[in-house]
Amino acid sequence: MSAPALETRGVSMSFGALAVARDISLALPRGARRGLIGPNGAGKTSLVNLITGVLKPSAGRVLLGGEDITHLSQEARARRGLARTFQINQLFRGLSVLDNLCLAIGERTGACNNLFRPAGSKPAVIEEALEHLAAHRLVEDALKPVRELAYGRQRLVEIALALAQRPRVLLLDEPAAGVSSRESHLILDVLERLDEEIAILIIEHDMDVVFRFAREITVLVGGAVLMEGSPEEVAADARVRAVYLGEEVREEARHG
Amino acid sequence: MVASEPLEDARARAAAFLLRRHRLRAAEALPWLAAVLAYFAFPGHLAFGTQLLIMVLFTLSLDLILGYAGIVSLGHAAFFGTGAYTAGMLGARYGWGEPITGLLAAGAAAALVGCISGWFLLRYRGLTLLMLTLATAIMLQELGNARADITGGFEGLTGITIAPLLGRFDYDLYGHTTYLYALAVLFLVFLLVRRIVYSPFGQALTGIRENVRRMHALGSPVHRRLVVAYTIGAAIAGIAGALFAQANAFVTLGVFGFDRSAAVLVMLILGGAGRLYGAFVGAAVYMLLEDSLAKLSPEFWQFGIGLLLVLTVLFAPRGLLGLLEDLGRLLSRSASP
Repeated sequence: MSAPALETRGVSMSFGALAVARDISLALPRGARRGLIGPNGAGKTSLVNLITGVLKPSAGRVLLGGEDITHLSQEARARRGLARTFQINQLFRGLSVLDNLCLAIGERTGACNNLFRPAGSKPAVIEEALEHLAAHRLVEDALKPVRELAYGRQRLVEIALALAQRPRVLLLDEPAAGVSSRESHLILDVLERLDEEIAILIIEHDMDVVFRFAREITVLVGGAVLMEGSPEEVAADARVRAVYLGEEVREEARHG
Repeated sequence: MVASEPLEDARARAAAFLLRRHRLRAAEALPWLAAVLAYFAFPGHLAFGTQLLIMVLFTLSLDLILGYAGIVSLGHAAFFGTGAYTAGMLGARYGWGEPITGLLAAGAAAALVGCISGWFLLRYRGLTLLMLTLATAIMLQELGNARADITGGFEGLTGITIAPLLGRFDYDLYGHTTYLYALAVLFLVFLLVRRIVYSPFGQALTGIRENVRRMHALGSPVHRRLVVAYTIGAAIAGIAGALFAQANAFVTLGVFGFDRSAAVLVMLILGGAGRLYGAFVGAAVYMLLEDSLAKLSPEFWQFGIGLLLVLTVLFAPRGLLGLLEDLGRLLSRSASP
């Protein structure tokens, strides 16, 4: 059997007295669709930061396709096919959507090492950028600065940039956060059409999105894995209802 | 499923959009025309003109690292000084007075200092980086002071002899040769910088300035990119310093001074950072103002510069050139309602 696309083994980390990750072990096979849920402060984003190398674990290991990447830089991990999106947009706001994509492609292919060729003189880069834009229905906005786009469309750019890295593993940190319910179907459409080869870990507060998209779910509470299972198993678990879904249910009941 | 016709269209539009950016515009001839005109119109002020061209070059080098890569430096004079002393000492101590190889040697020395110091300090950002750049310049100045026997210390390095340019053109009292020499160097270096900022590498620098977190996530070798940009900026600042030493045939350790680092920063902010020609506008406005205000009031001329800086930062945060662009856009919009 081949190694999982992404694996963490006993990853732990704390900020002073606050343990944000306690002995977290996860394994995502190729093509995984894994949901990561948990109440606020459960350590979901910290786990993404530990996997991508923004944070260094105090114990445990991170493996990508069987290779130990625990001590590699963010850059080296990204180059090995690990991509992420951010909970709050991290885009090049002053640049056009097209330039955003060209940067992602250029950094992947090494085109950005060139100091003397004019940017835009390689048709292959433009062609690939437009393919990504077309897949995200962003062609109309290609030449606009990102900051002029509606928030929902900026979220699409956020995902398009990660995909332009041609990842093997993609970590989506609340892709629908801040998007109105009217626009969230755009995000869902994109998520459902993602390449089946890519292993995906998705953090999401919107339970509709998680249960539609994820095939397995990991529940994180207080920096530790509470349980792991199919959406049905998670939804039926009493502990999960108590710590997490309970809040949602109550909230939904209040909204009526 | 994909409608190929509109996509084909979009592709052509995207290519045109990207390529239009680096195409030469007619307005870009203006500063060069002005520099050539000044040569004929103000034959008595060519020494001042040469100093101005040198400061434009120095400001341009800061624009690459601050305006494009977003590296904030308070010690950019470190490289100007390194270049000035390299060219100066070659001419005064080692009998190497050939000006163009002197420039190249100065650029190489400054690049080396930029590469080594940059490799250490570009891991930091914000206030830490600011202090480290400042410290670099101070340390180099003190190094020069410690070896006053060869640098001449704060008394200055005298006796810099420069061989005729290209072995033919000697330096006259009015500075004709020196002016044209500085202009030619500025032009060549400018073409290089322009090329770099419109390259994919230049785009990556802009990306680092706009959002370094995303650049890390995209797998960009951020530190290496910054060191490369810093090294190139240092080399250009070194060439500016070498021109300064050659034009004046005299250097003191003041070239490393904090006031020089601060002045070049002010020039760039005045003109507009990250827009290539901001260096021209900023250096010209600063030096013309300095010149006329100093005649008006030798003691308080800096007040005028300070006031202009305050007004620029408050009301034209993209610099005087940015303001001009806005005005131009406003005019063209009102002209075609």
